[in-house]
Order: sequence, then structure tokens, then C-alpha cells
Amino acid sequence: MKIEGKIWLFGDNVDTDAIIAARYLNTVDPAELAAHLMEDIKPDFPDLVKPGDILVAGSNFGCGSSREHAPLAIKGAGISCVIASSFARIFFRNAINIGLPILECTDDLSNLVSGIDRLSINLDQGTIENLQNGEIYHATPFPPFMQELINSGGLIEYVKARLGK
Amino acid sequence: MVKKHNTGSTMVEKILAKNASLDKVKPGDLVNARVDLALGNDITAPVAIKEFQRFGLDRVFDPDKIVLVPDHFTPNKDIASAEQAKVLRLFAEKFGIRNYFEVGRMGIEHALLPEQGLVWPGMVIIGADSHTCTYGALGAFATGVGSTDLAAAMALGETWFRVPSTLRFEYIGDIPDWIGGKDLILYTIGQIGVDGARYKAMEFAGSAIEKLSMDGRLTMANMAIEAGGKCGYIQPDDITFKYLEGRVAQSYSPVYSDDNAEYEKIYQYDISRLEPQIAFPPSPDNVRPVSEAREIKIQQVVIGSCTNGRIEDLRIAASLLKGKRVHPKVRLLVIPATQMIYRKAIEEGLMTIFIDAEAAVSTPTCGPCLGGHMGILASGERALATTNRNFIGRMGHPASEVYLCNPAVAAASAVAGKIVHPGEVF
Repeated sequence: MKIEGKIWLFGDNVDTDAIIAARYLNTVDPAELAAHLMEDIKPDFPDLVKPGDILVAGSNFGCGSSREHAPLAIKGAGISCVIASSFARIFFRNAINIGLPILECTDDLSNLVSGIDRLSINLDQGTIENLQNGEIYHATPFPPFMQELINSGGLIEYVKARLGK
Repeated sequence: MVKKHNTGSTMVEKILAKNASLDKVKPGDLVNARVDLALGNDITAPVAIKEFQRFGLDRVFDPDKIVLVPDHFTPNKDIASAEQAKVLRLFAEKFGIRNYFEVGRMGIEHALLPEQGLVWPGMVIIGADSHTCTYGALGAFATGVGSTDLAAAMALGETWFRVPSTLRFEYIGDIPDWIGGKDLILYTIGQIGVDGARYKAMEFAGSAIEKLSMDGRLTMANMAIEAGGKCGYIQPDDITFKYLEGRVAQSYSPVYSDDNAEYEKIYQYDISRLEPQIAFPPSPDNVRPVSEAREIKIQQVVIGSCTNGRIEDLRIAASLLKGKRVHPKVRLLVIPATQMIYRKAIEEGLMTIFIDAEAAVSTPTCGPCLGGHMGILASGERALATTNRNFIGRMGHPASEVYLCNPAVAAASAVAGKIVHPGEVF
């Protein structure tokens, strides 16, 4: 699957409270959650972000709470992919489970792409193209088990198949 | 003490191997393991239940191995929260889940489950709450997951894990006055950073841990997630067994790391001169000794949460507040973590001390810790809290600040109106 989109840059250790503050957790509606995405660290973000946009962050993205509302809010805003040099463990798991595309790119992408506007991503190959200078960056491929999980449409579909439903 | 076989495995590797019906696992292996307990709360379980309904099942894998605790926005703060809590209540009724804890009988989940005897050594526990790692203090493998993971586990009774490598932390030296589990874990997070144990298990050991109370141990394991840890644990010993006595009726088999277990890294900290630790905003790894936090004025103090709302924490706070009054410009909130702790605090006379000191005392709730309700901060306000996180906007307005500390520092500072060493008030 190929994705091309405008990028938004964030730093290291973006926590789940920053992604979606707890005061909004009395709903599970992705659209309502998306209306407050990153609000506490970038107040105008919910107004500026457009479907298809890409988030690029540093290390330990999604640290903190287990709240699935964080990847749900990102998905609700129509973000096509999150790229980080590393993800916090539970966020990583949640994103895969709900089918939010994420890529772990050990190159410090947030530095490499600073100043550019758009990236092109090949999700299957885990390659990221800098559309300004044609440079290609490589993301860590998922282990086969996780590929299977993603390909079956996320954890719920995977479990359904196991249950024979 | 059970004999340790030298298979080169850590406690976590052995527990995961056992529940995956494998002889041995090693770090990096992907395994499917049986889940002995699956937990959700009023924020995470509604999402899990919604996903669970997509399976079209008329039963859960085992109603006795699911625990539902409405503790975050309860007693309900608004209509939307009430609707969320109702989802849990109806699900528990429909599927015969006995371990549903209603307001008035409940407590903050991570204090409640050990107290109710639902946790013992050797278990695999997942919880749709990041602080599920708390149960590692009792020798279980316990880790936080998301709601979809909880949904799948409620259906299948198993889930996948990548076997973590283990970091061993050894604490040596006598534990100084006014130092508790909170200081040891804050110090550790300050040393290794918020991603220092990312994807890894944290084994806490050493002569200081051997003397540390169960409440202090629960506090340490609770904050493993703040270093990115998959779990934090302490191997069972006499303190563990004494805690479990009278709570857990069934037999269990404690699991221990082998003497020749392979650790990714071993850290050793001499804590004999450690000062109480303060995590400055906006990150739990921004840790400094209390002597570097002097003269920081505070408007609110919170003593409570799954980190430090246990009876030992309340006793320490009361010992400092006895016969004193909270500073006129400070609001002190004291929140016993469970109903049983609340009752004990009344019986021991702690509540009278808190109220005489002009503290506000609440029924158990996670409320203020996550800026949910009860004690939300306005812009420019500063809180000192025994909770576990101090991210931007964590306790309210994005322009407010949260400092983290142990209950002794919190109580002393509430009296002083600014962050102080407990020795200055006592």
C-alpha cells in the first residue's frame, strides 16, 4: 500500500495525555476524539490536520497510558501513517490491533525531513521516500506474525477467524 | 525458599513459558500465552466491550478471570461518564462476571486487586490500564494492554506476547528516613529515562528491596511503565507470602529467576544517602532530590492514586499532619485507594487527623491523577502529588504543573505551602 501525504513533525516522548487529554475520555467516538488531537501541545492542530496527513515523531511516541483512545483519535483524524524512531510498547500494540499504520524508522527521521512538506511511503516494503531529494529511508519490517495480524484486518478480525466466525 | 533450577531464565521468561505450554522461551520470542486474569476499567472496558460484541459470542472465556472496576470517572462526574460505567455494569450482569466492583464496594483497581486476593505469584495478568504492571510486586507477570487486546482476551483467554529481555536493578544500603518505594522508583526512572526500559522487564532486587514493605513494592512495580517497562517485578519472599496469607485461599507455585538468569543489563544503586525524590514537570524522568526543589510554592497537594493511596502511605501522611494545619493557600486532597483502606484509616484515627488538618477526604477514585475529576487544576496552578504522571495538562489546564513525590514530602509540603523535606516539618 502506498501513501503520500503532508507531514507534521513532533519530537521525542509524545505522551498519550498530549495525544488526547483525559478530560475527553468520556467518549469513544473517533471523530469526537479527533477534534481534540494534540490539543494541549499544539492547540490549532485539530483545525489544521487533514485526512491523509502523516505524523513524524522522534523516540518513544505514545508513552504513558494504555488508552486506545490515543491511536483512535489519530485514526479518527484520518492520519494515514505515524512514523517514529520508536514507539512506546502499549501504543505500538494498540495501533496494530486497531489497524492504524505505523512505521518504526531507526533513522532520526524528524531531523532528516525537517523543512520538507511531503513524504511518500510504501507500507508493504517499509520504505519512506523524501519527495524533495529522492532519499529513501527504511523502516523496521514487522515480524511475520504481526504481518498476519495486520493483513487479517486487525486483532478483532484475526480473533474472529480463530473463532471460526 | 523454593530451589532454583539453573535453566538460565528469568521469572518472567518462566511464567510466560509455563502459560504458553513451552519448556523454555527466550527474549524476542513471540508466544501465545494463557491469561489468568484480564482487567478493564470505566474508560478502557467500554471500548473493549464494543469490540467484544463484534465477535457475536454469548459467553466470555471464563467469567471468574475477568475483573471490571469503574474507578476513573466514578462516582460518575457527568452523564457521559455515567453511560460508560453503565456499559460495564450491564456487561458484568450479562456474562456473570462476579469480580465487578460497584461504587461503595470498590477501590482503585491496582490497589483493589491485590487487596481482594485476586493476584498471586506466577500469574499472567493483562489489564487495559498501563499501571497493571503493579502486580509484579507479588511475583506475577502483569502488563498493560489496550482495549482491543482486552476484548480478544475476554473471548479467547489468551493473547500474544513478545518475550521481553530483563533489566535487573539492585538496591543496596540501608533505607534512609523518609524514603520509600516511590523514591527508589523515581530515582531509577531519573537514571534511565522514560524509555530506559522500553519493551523490557524490570526486576527489582537487592538488600533494600528485601526489607521494603509490600506497599512500597507495589509502588515501585506500579511505575515500571513510567520507564517504558513492559512489567516490573519482585521475586516472591516472606514479605510476599505474609501479604498473601488470608487473602489467597488457593495454592500457587511461586516462580523465581535462576541464579544464572541472563539479564540484558544489571544496575546497582547504593541508596543509603538517597534524598526524597521529586519529579519536576513535564515528565516522570525529570527527577531531582528534594533539596533542589526548595521554595517551589504549591496550590494543591494530592495524596492518593494507585501509586501511593495505600494504608502505609496514609499512615506516613498522618504522622506528619497530626496536630498541624494545611497551609492557608494550599488545598490538600487525601484519597484512600480502596474502601478497606478507607475503613482502616478511620479505625486508626487517621481520618480525624486529616480533617483536623483541613484536608478534603474523598471516596476512592482515580479522578485527580488523570485530570478526570476531583481536584482539576486551573491555569498557572501547581500541584504536588503522590501520583505517577506529570505530563502537560495531566491534572487539568495545560498551563498547570504537577510535581511527583512520596507521601511524606506531600504531607509536609501541604503544611509548609511549598516543597520541603519532611524533616523540616516533623
